[in-house]
Amino acid sequence: MLARAITHALVGLEARRVEVEADVYENGLPAFVIVGLPDRACAEARERVRSGIQSAELRFPGGRVTVNLAPAGLRKEGSGYDLPIALAVLAASRQLPHVELDRHAAVGELALDGRLRRVGGVLAVAEGARRMGIERLICATESAAEASLAGIEALPFRHLADAVAYLRGELEPDEIAPPQYADPVAPPDLADVRGHERARRALEIAAAGGHNLLLGGPPGTGKTMLARRLPGILPTLDPDASLEVTRIHSVAGLLAHDQPLLETPPFRAPHHSASTAAVVGGGPGIRPGEASLAHRGVLLLDELAEFPRPTLEALRQPLEDGFVCIARAAGRAIFPARFQLVATMNLCPCGARGDPTAECTCSTQRLAAYRDKLSRALLDRFDLVIAVPRPRADELAAGPGEASAAVAERVSSARELLAVAPLLRTADADELLTRAVDRLPLSGRGRARVARVARTVAALAGAEEVRPDHVGEALAYRSPQELAT
Amino acid sequence: MSELALAVFAAETGTHLIRPPFGARWAAHVRAFDRDAYEQRLATAGFRFLARSAAAFPPLLRAVHDPPAGLFVRGSGELDLLARPAVAVVGARACSGYGAAAARTLARDIAHAGLVVVSGLARGVDAEAHRGALEAGGVTVAVLGCGIDRDYPAAHAELARRVAANGLIVSEYAPGVEPAPWRFPARNRIVAGLAAATVVVEARERSGALITADLALDEGREVFAVPGEITSALSAGTNALLKLGASPLTCAADVLSCFGIELPAADEAVLGEDAGVVLAQLRDGAASADELARSTGLPAATLARALVELELAGRAVCADGLYRSGR
Repeated sequence: MLARAITHALVGLEARRVEVEADVYENGLPAFVIVGLPDRACAEARERVRSGIQSAELRFPGGRVTVNLAPAGLRKEGSGYDLPIALAVLAASRQLPHVELDRHAAVGELALDGRLRRVGGVLAVAEGARRMGIERLICATESAAEASLAGIEALPFRHLADAVAYLRGELEPDEIAPPQYADPVAPPDLADVRGHERARRALEIAAAGGHNLLLGGPPGTGKTMLARRLPGILPTLDPDASLEVTRIHSVAGLLAHDQPLLETPPFRAPHHSASTAAVVGGGPGIRPGEASLAHRGVLLLDELAEFPRPTLEALRQPLEDGFVCIARAAGRAIFPARFQLVATMNLCPCGARGDPTAECTCSTQRLAAYRDKLSRALLDRFDLVIAVPRPRADELAAGPGEASAAVAERVSSARELLAVAPLLRTADADELLTRAVDRLPLSGRGRARVARVARTVAALAGAEEVRPDHVGEALAYRSPQELAT
Repeated sequence: MSELALAVFAAETGTHLIRPPFGARWAAHVRAFDRDAYEQRLATAGFRFLARSAAAFPPLLRAVHDPPAGLFVRGSGELDLLARPAVAVVGARACSGYGAAAARTLARDIAHAGLVVVSGLARGVDAEAHRGALEAGGVTVAVLGCGIDRDYPAAHAELARRVAANGLIVSEYAPGVEPAPWRFPARNRIVAGLAAATVVVEARERSGALITADLALDEGREVFAVPGEITSALSAGTNALLKLGASPLTCAADVLSCFGIELPAADEAVLGEDAGVVLAQLRDGAASADELARSTGLPAATLARALVELELAGRAVCADGLYRSGR
């Protein structure tokens, strides 16, 4: 007999409806076949489903069992098909009312003892199901909170036997707790930073305006330490943004099961050995990359010049458009990637440049090769470029700086102001900007960047228009000649 | 008259010639050389040739003991610009931030006073000198050690274009001649020869800039050296020059006084109060923004504004995160 269960496959973040059809031919030769382009993990569902059904004290049908995952042309990846396959097989062998099964979607992995395990991407599957007009999703208890974010009725079960009992009408599912925001992991505090007045100010401006920030300077001066403190002064995500971020992290399988919602802006810091696919997304399963995992948050590229150039150039699209479009033979996926880029680098390969106590020993050729690693196009995308000098001894002995909480307050009020006020430049401010373009090495794009930063500076000052003062300060953070030529 | 033929002959044979050689090859070359056709080709490329015998040939250069047969010239400046009072600003290619800042401000002030800045378009001090002169809206002359059709180093193609827009790019080598190590010392004699005074900004102990200084001394021209730190290898050459009796140069007025010119009062923009405080602090030595914040007690935002004000007024320059007073 034939039966059908419904689940969803993920292509990038997008859920596609998949019908799991099971056909049991009791008089056939004993066999269990899964067709419909399953990957390795999915094809191995045969063993898990067989043991899981038997562990639930149900009968795995004798004879020939054929499972088809339709549409057959779409590649099915992962272990989330275990549960729908088991339910379809049970319905096809008349152990379940299949009318009930049609009204539910299902997703989850089976343990050999029949327990249900959570899988990644449940939120996207639940959203897909809801769009198809299905109101209930059968899933593992640990996935339920995540699934309920999609506005679908998530039915949590610990064991396959419970799910079957529910479908037979013998058991009511547990209530699930409303999804919780994940506990914020306390980011390092700005109070730990001594001195570095200019860099602190630049962090504040970057946080308020969402500007990309490049910290340059000799090694050991605290560039990375400063960069790691940016998330701590960013405002928390609004509910829409939170859901967007949660969806991406769900697909990557990075959510806590009891507190799935992410409220703090994500912070990602891939090492410079990361491949291009790991940074922008891709791979055999088209997974989101670090750029997408940093969506609405901060992407820190420590030692920018050590990253392979193709990886850096690949970041130009997301920096411009706010999304990554990944096209592979297997399909095409769009991942949102609107992140704030923070990068650190030395000013030369030997690292001594910018340190008054050391002398740079780099040859001009080596220096040119080092700077050639970064294209103008990429450097152009940093609104703020700051040199971080070596702090003096007395600076390190000074008391702690201003704490992140105080800075975060100014940042969030500036953000509110930026969202509502037009903040136009006064005539004087315009004149100063024009004079600066004449006198300083500043390109057209550089001018636009200074204008953007000046707007943020004005917002931080609580001003209603952009005055020459604000433009003046913004000009101090332009990218310096050394990197521009 | 035969200077062009000579320059072309030198280019074709890969030699350095300032007067006609003897031999059948030269005679054959002179017979076969079609001067009109060659001049036509030069003109099409927008180049000019200034022969040693021409009236417009700079007298100072003619006075050196081995003047070139002539100069190939590229750029839209007038030819008599080469005869105008000029100062050569030369120095290390791998210069420090201090050297770059010094070269730039000196060249800016020299150009602002109406003198021509001559240099070699090399990396480091040379390029900064050209940039400084351009910043002041002055004229600058670049002397190459290869054909004027070559942009060498390639990274300075854009700078060469800007130099040529108002000033001149000159070389004794015919178009097409490749840069070679031995041509650069020869180029330096033209740099020194065109200028009445030579300023060495930063030089290591064995540096091309010292060759220029030696050549200038041989011709009896003024040589200035910018003092540097005694601990820095980059200043070893300039400090040695000072020991030998070169005049120390601490501001552009030192060199301008040789020409009987006073540094024109820069159209001093009235500095704000904060900018004045910061400038006073900068005169004590280069400092990073954070050090200035501490020594002046200004908040970071105010300090950033003051520094930009100084930069725009040409009173401070920033290199590798360190600010220095510009004058």
